[in-house]
Amino acid sequence: MRRTWAIAKRVLKELFRDKRTLALMFLAPILVLTLMKVVFTTNSTTDVNIATVNVQSSLVKQMDKMKNIKVTKYSTEQKANKALKDQKADGIVHRKNGNYYVKNANTDASKTAATKVALQSSMVATNIKNLKAQLTKMAAANPQAAASMQSNSQKAPKIHNSYVYGNKDTSFFDKILPILMGFFVFFFVFLISGMALLKERTTGTLDRLLATPVRRSEIVFGYMISYGLLAIVQTLIIVLYTVYVLKVEVLGSMWNMVLVNVVLAIVALAFGILMSTFAKSEFQMMQFIPIIVIPQVFFSGIIPLDQMAHWVQDLAYILPLKYSGEATSAIVLNGEGLGQILAPIGALLIFLVILTMLNVYGLRRYRKV
Amino acid sequence: MTKPIISMKNIVKKFGDQTVLNHVDFDIAQGKIIGLIGPSGAGKSTIIKIILGMEKTQEGTATVFGQVMPNRKLLNRIGYMAQTDALYDALSARENLMFYADMKGVDPKDAKEQIEHITKVVDLVDDLDKRVSGYSGGMKRRLSLAIALLGDGEVLILDEPTVGIDPALRRKIWDELHSLRDDGKTILVTTHVMEEAELVDDVALILGGKLIAYDTPANLKAKYNEDTVENVFLKAEDQNEKNMGNR
Repeated sequence: MRRTWAIAKRVLKELFRDKRTLALMFLAPILVLTLMKVVFTTNSTTDVNIATVNVQSSLVKQMDKMKNIKVTKYSTEQKANKALKDQKADGIVHRKNGNYYVKNANTDASKTAATKVALQSSMVATNIKNLKAQLTKMAAANPQAAASMQSNSQKAPKIHNSYVYGNKDTSFFDKILPILMGFFVFFFVFLISGMALLKERTTGTLDRLLATPVRRSEIVFGYMISYGLLAIVQTLIIVLYTVYVLKVEVLGSMWNMVLVNVVLAIVALAFGILMSTFAKSEFQMMQFIPIIVIPQVFFSGIIPLDQMAHWVQDLAYILPLKYSGEATSAIVLNGEGLGQILAPIGALLIFLVILTMLNVYGLRRYRKV
Repeated sequence: MTKPIISMKNIVKKFGDQTVLNHVDFDIAQGKIIGLIGPSGAGKSTIIKIILGMEKTQEGTATVFGQVMPNRKLLNRIGYMAQTDALYDALSARENLMFYADMKGVDPKDAKEQIEHITKVVDLVDDLDKRVSGYSGGMKRRLSLAIALLGDGEVLILDEPTVGIDPALRRKIWDELHSLRDDGKTILVTTHVMEEAELVDDVALILGGKLIAYDTPANLKAKYNEDTVENVFLKAEDQNEKNMGNR
């Protein structure tokens, strides 16, 4: 026990004297989260320019009235094509022989979709308007019907929205935030702990350490305690910042979030230590990032898993970030308590036990007892 | 004869297809300084790793204090200095020493006293609280030696202890090693410096994974009819190469 503490103390001392690494662990997540918040909240609407050729003016007017749509009339197809080429227009609506031909630039899928929606709903709207006009005309000939119509059209129903989570400004950012938090914790702890043990190996301190009567498990546990403490601080900073500065609503308990992320951090640590045994240099350690870390982002729940192919869904079960994403999403978005997140935490603990045993065994490579 | 402290019995060690140690066999008696000499790649470091239990042998056994290695608990009684300095750069020398004292299970009360004594021996008293990252190569080497002396081990295993240390201090260190030996400690030293090979009690000459000779420097010189250990070494190497050629 004394040795475990001594190792933990030493690792922490080394970390706290490495100001850059500390800054990376504590400030980088905050910087990236802030940037993402800004990016996701300002860029939620796109302005679409539509060019029209030979389209009746009632339809053009109707389209122009729609939000974020701007319509410009062109007298010939050539002129409209030129506008499209010069990126002044995102699509051309051309009426020929009573049919509509839409040519999309399609450089931005959301703009293409917006063009289609704009045209369709505008056509429906103008149709209704025409119908109305005809009805009024017919009603003028039939005063009885006109009276009943008027009483009916008075009350258009109003829609009232209320939100279980967040408010009308809740964006994609709020959905991915709990997952991103886990990602930052995982990424930085994985990288830094892996590097730390790699450094022990390449500088020879690991050999020297193993030439003392220290147990292999004491080394692994010493690292776990120190990085566990660091992860608590890191998670607290990230959670407090997102709740109080970025004003993201957390329905459940903040402390449960801290718990999930600390468990995740220790899994990341065990993962980092394990992977570091396969790396010969810091550069090789970096090569694990695209292989081990990045794919986890895709399966962590940022992209809904239930829309993926079955074998891909199964793949997610072996990735720790899936479980932390599940747990934190449940806390943040659904306000689940500790009881509901025990399953994903249990899954993380299973990872932890297996990885720890592998690590203790793996150190046999450097000392045979 | 008393029981040997370190005993290598018919050791064979292979890394893959490459045979690094080929039936190495020797005993080290208590209270001696043994110089392990041989060219790079001869297997000196491998012998040390086997004695420490970091590597397992394919054949033969290594025993220390009469017990078969690998044995974690025995490491308490062995002081080890690696070829690389293997220090924690971000920590001060005192913190490095305290850390290894903890690892070796030195009583915290004794640790302070020991550190004081040891740092005097390696002449680091004034720099004890400086960070190792600011140390010169020689200072690092001395601190590394100090760590090996921690815990008052009965056996010291020193891999190239005096590389990068200036002559005055080198002499001081050897004086200390001699006095440690006189206290009954057994010291295994690898070295490239042939003058140092004159200072040991026994020389173990390793060439190509084989123990070529194991004797006092004086006997070796007489046997090879040379006046320095350096010449003995060169002659032995030469003969070994000829033998290889004849095969």
